[in-house]
Amino acid sequence: MLVTHALIYLLLAPFIGGLVAGIDRKVTARMQGRAGPPLLQPFYDVGKLFEKENLVVTASQNVYALSYLVFMMVSGALFFAGGDLLLVIFAFTLSHIFLVLGAYASCSPYSFIGAERELLQIIAYEPMIIISAVGMYMVTRSFFVAEIAASSVPIILYLPGVFLGFLTVLTIKLRKSPFDLSTSHHAHQEIVKGVTTEFTGSNLGKIEIAHWYENVFLLGFIFLFFSFSIPVAVAAIIIVYLLEILVDNTFSRVTWQFTLRSAWIVAGMLGLVNLAVLYYLSGGFLV
Amino acid sequence: MTYLKRSPWILHYDASSCNGCDIEVLACLTPLYDVERFGIVNCGNPKHADVFVVTGGINEQNKAVIRNLYDQIPDPKVVVAVGICATSGGVFRECYNISGGIDTAIPVDVYVPGCAARPESIIDGIVQSLGILEEKRAKMLGRKRTKTAGTEGR
Repeated sequence: MLVTHALIYLLLAPFIGGLVAGIDRKVTARMQGRAGPPLLQPFYDVGKLFEKENLVVTASQNVYALSYLVFMMVSGALFFAGGDLLLVIFAFTLSHIFLVLGAYASCSPYSFIGAERELLQIIAYEPMIIISAVGMYMVTRSFFVAEIAASSVPIILYLPGVFLGFLTVLTIKLRKSPFDLSTSHHAHQEIVKGVTTEFTGSNLGKIEIAHWYENVFLLGFIFLFFSFSIPVAVAAIIIVYLLEILVDNTFSRVTWQFTLRSAWIVAGMLGLVNLAVLYYLSGGFLV
Repeated sequence: MTYLKRSPWILHYDASSCNGCDIEVLACLTPLYDVERFGIVNCGNPKHADVFVVTGGINEQNKAVIRNLYDQIPDPKVVVAVGICATSGGVFRECYNISGGIDTAIPVDVYVPGCAARPESIIDGIVQSLGILEEKRAKMLGRKRTKTAGTEGR
């Protein structure tokens, strides 16, 4: 049963992720007063990348790009199979480390800056993601995704602060302005392409597919907050994503110092305080 | 199924242009023309590019730069020379420091004349270049096939 969930994720996530990316580009274009690309444009882009020559600086780039994709698939599959949330988060972080290593391997100044920024982003969002997992444990007494998803408790009511904090780091993870430091989807120049600068052709395609897997996994994470009711959860996911697109088009890119500081302040103020209040209300016992 | 024609990413380089053509190239991205309708994205990174759009003529300062950029674009790739300076050197043709159009440094596939080239003609030039891009892809694929067939024969 749960293995089938993982298989369904592995098969369908690229299609859902690509469609979401297509809707994203269309909505973004409409917000800017443009007609925008066709809905299936992200698929054309990735298809094109696999038709191109694969230029690499070192052959190890191929290994790192593939590892990024494979570990992203593993972490998402573990999540949808109902596995341990902490293990999912560790596999998720590991996949990004492969992306950073791939950027470092290419010996290019733009890649180096991108890799360093990607590491800073990992430092920025990691505490908040761990706090989200801990918060879900405090409410449901389980780190297993299957048990969290099956619980009838409206988790969002216990963890509103954690949820808002998660939304903040979600902006980093979806690579959206104001936090798209290490690489961005927008048609910007040089430094903004960061980690992906030296990846070409099929390697870049793999990174893009991995990003689709990642997005579907993150939207699945939002589902956990609302798992008591599927319609509410789906509505929440759609609203959250549209909100992210709005934020993306409204704010300009900020510095890495601001990103790190704001992510940690949010994690401390909203995340930890929420957990502390939860602990206090439950009379010192975990709920 | 070929996706190359549906997703051409552009690298725009200003060789020695007066910025007239560059402004027109950027005008193509505005809501009025919105080339993203055709999947065209201005990517600013030679390693991600398919179409190399160059404005302005060639001089000794930019010859090496333009060859370097051209070499960094993965195959298949096309070059579009935008504006009369890029196609032939234009009014600067006789200048002591100008060696001529872009084709004096790298092979050019499509010439878009005009001073400055209109956004409509730039879009037309890029759309024409997509046909050449597709031809090059087919040729590249054919080359790869004969290569593998050769190794199998050995």
